[in-house]
Amino acid sequence: MKKDLLISLKLTLLMIILCAVLYPLLIAGIGKATPGGGKGETVSVNGKVVGYEKIGQKFTDDKYFWGRPSAVDYNAAGSAGSNKGPSNPDYLQIVKDRIDSFLVHNPGVKKEEIPAEMVTASGSGLDPDISPAGAYIQVKRIASIRNLPEEKVKALVEEHIQKPLAGMLGPSKVNVLKLNVALDNLK
Amino acid sequence: MNSEILGVVITFLITVLLAYPLGKYISKVFKGERTLTDFMNPVEKFFFRVCGINPTESMNWKQFLKAMLTINMLWLVYAFFLLIFQHKLPLNPDGNPGQTPDLAFNTAISFLVNCNLQHYSGESGLTYFTQLFVITFLQFVSAATGIAALVAVFNGLKEKTTENLGNFWSIFTKSITRVLLPLCIIAAIFLAFNGSPTSYDGKDSIVTLQGDSVQVSRGPAAGMIAIKHLGTNGGGWFGVNSAHPLENPNYFTNMLEMVIQVLIPVAMIFALGFYINRRKLSKVIFGVMTIGLLCLLIPTIITEINGNPAIEKLGVAQPTGAMEGKEVRFGPAASGYWSIVTTIISTGSVNSMHDSSMPMSGMMQLLGMMINAFYGGCGVGILNYLIYLIIAVFISGLMVGRTPEFMGHKVEAREVKIASLVMLLSAFLVKAFTALAAYMVAHHPEIAWQVKPGAWLNNPSYHGFSEMLYEFTSANANNGSGFEGLGDNNIFWNVTTGIVLILARFLPIIGPVAIIGLLAKKKFVPESPGTLRTDSWTFGMMTFAVIIVFNALSFFPALALGPIAEYFSMH
Repeated sequence: MKKDLLISLKLTLLMIILCAVLYPLLIAGIGKATPGGGKGETVSVNGKVVGYEKIGQKFTDDKYFWGRPSAVDYNAAGSAGSNKGPSNPDYLQIVKDRIDSFLVHNPGVKKEEIPAEMVTASGSGLDPDISPAGAYIQVKRIASIRNLPEEKVKALVEEHIQKPLAGMLGPSKVNVLKLNVALDNLK
Repeated sequence: MNSEILGVVITFLITVLLAYPLGKYISKVFKGERTLTDFMNPVEKFFFRVCGINPTESMNWKQFLKAMLTINMLWLVYAFFLLIFQHKLPLNPDGNPGQTPDLAFNTAISFLVNCNLQHYSGESGLTYFTQLFVITFLQFVSAATGIAALVAVFNGLKEKTTENLGNFWSIFTKSITRVLLPLCIIAAIFLAFNGSPTSYDGKDSIVTLQGDSVQVSRGPAAGMIAIKHLGTNGGGWFGVNSAHPLENPNYFTNMLEMVIQVLIPVAMIFALGFYINRRKLSKVIFGVMTIGLLCLLIPTIITEINGNPAIEKLGVAQPTGAMEGKEVRFGPAASGYWSIVTTIISTGSVNSMHDSSMPMSGMMQLLGMMINAFYGGCGVGILNYLIYLIIAVFISGLMVGRTPEFMGHKVEAREVKIASLVMLLSAFLVKAFTALAAYMVAHHPEIAWQVKPGAWLNNPSYHGFSEMLYEFTSANANNGSGFEGLGDNNIFWNVTTGIVLILARFLPIIGPVAIIGLLAKKKFVPESPGTLRTDSWTFGMMTFAVIIVFNALSFFPALALGPIAEYFSMH
């Protein structure tokens, strides 16, 4: 017993150095060579950082493309999903309210055209993406508020669709922040 | 949608293609044959010299378990105190507080036992110091403990008659230096180059495009994300685990994380065949487990792609399936696949919120954890399977009227008793504690506790019951995923799940190691034409039937009150 305990103490100490000190430091060192330098990739406008490419942010203004509903209101100090069960009546009421509000802000859009992801909260509360359908459905609103031709806004969305991995694996998506930065630059 | 299905098919194929050679490699490592990683030899020799370990010293099953349990108890004490006093320790750029004793009790046990149930959120509940020195450290050593226990079983099966199950210290050390660490470094580099943070900088403050001020949590997460999957641990750096965009930045990392969490469990099945030179046995075990995986996986993916019928009634389109709690970059197919592999393996990391899954999917996730032996956790998956296998040997023996035998050793009353107790333990823990929680919610919702039982549940009715059932099932399976709507950071849940966790970890390790230790000591009986062959497909199906019948009998009533009732209320 005493012998086992002594070995345990020493081996634990060595493993702490190996797994909790050397290993993360090695990865941190290698991380410096990555695009964001290991701190996360940022998006800048005129030299000013306006966000992290991979962290979604809140867009409530009608002149911007909206992202998905978020259970943490896009506060990236934390993260959470709604954890609402699929049959929860309160939850279904919230979704219904979101649909109604979406229809008010997007005149001319029909209910059955709204893709579900625009009225359901993401898993992280920080989802940076929407589906191409979720972007297209907002084109009309954006074009009319910004006095831009619809075709031009539509073309911008098309430009920002990220295709599946290797062209064949996984879904297509649109990064909302990058799309909105480009939208601000559209004349 | 087809690209999403193709994505999960390719992910599974890559897993198996990598696991086969890895299994061969693992077998060589523990046989002491020459391998690519022999450059680690000096490191191991240094470790052994400093610690006074003789790596060739043999251990019988009692000595082996004693060494294992001693070092595990030491880690428990170490982790508990670090978590309580983390606010007084360095590397706390965000100024997070220390954990309360009951939360630290739960967290220390949870990571010690490779479960990683988290009753806190990583952004605010831990410091970088405890993320690395407690969480990451325990993720390595708990996985290595599981692998070591399984290698002890390999050693018992390999020899005709032996008392020697190998040297715990040596097997444990090599599990880290030869298997976990090299794979983690490779995976962490991939993650870092795809956007997972690696630097020790604290939260960043930014002003968004729309003009809101927000903070963004970060930290040296990439290394931890690698071991949390390779070691089938599952605890996330951030609160929402691998649904977080920095923890799982794109579809590629999602595939990577899905591959590496299944990799070692499957590789260990192949390693079994190579190590004891019975490849057919490992093929049959792999086959049975894969059939089990598919039975759970296919309904889940179909259900999630079809979307939520209640949302459909509201009139919106669901071209990308049920999206509540899911991320656009993964979609329903990859989220469904993840939710099943993470529950059959004991990982418990998530890339979507299981609480918002459809009832059918929720039931499949629960079943994955209740069975807990389709691939299963690092090392312990096969140990759980072994329990089912011993019971199947016993029942088959009764059916043909012969003394049951396994690998040339007579299986007698003592072994069958141990196997039965381990098997019944899980059903008892899950149901007894769920019943206790449900009783508190139903009869004492307003009792004067810090968090009243009436406020525990995030959803009403059947789904609320599922939240409680899921929590204890996950704790018992040492899985760690949750229906996270449950308000679980309070004394009741911290203490009860802590007790379930530690019992459900160590008894199912001690049981199989003891059984094999006892069997290996017995006289070897050569195979004859009358021997029941355990490496035949017929016997594989027999084991499968035992798994299904036992779990159906144990858990059907509980499932009927939760996901099954919810399913029928919606359709």
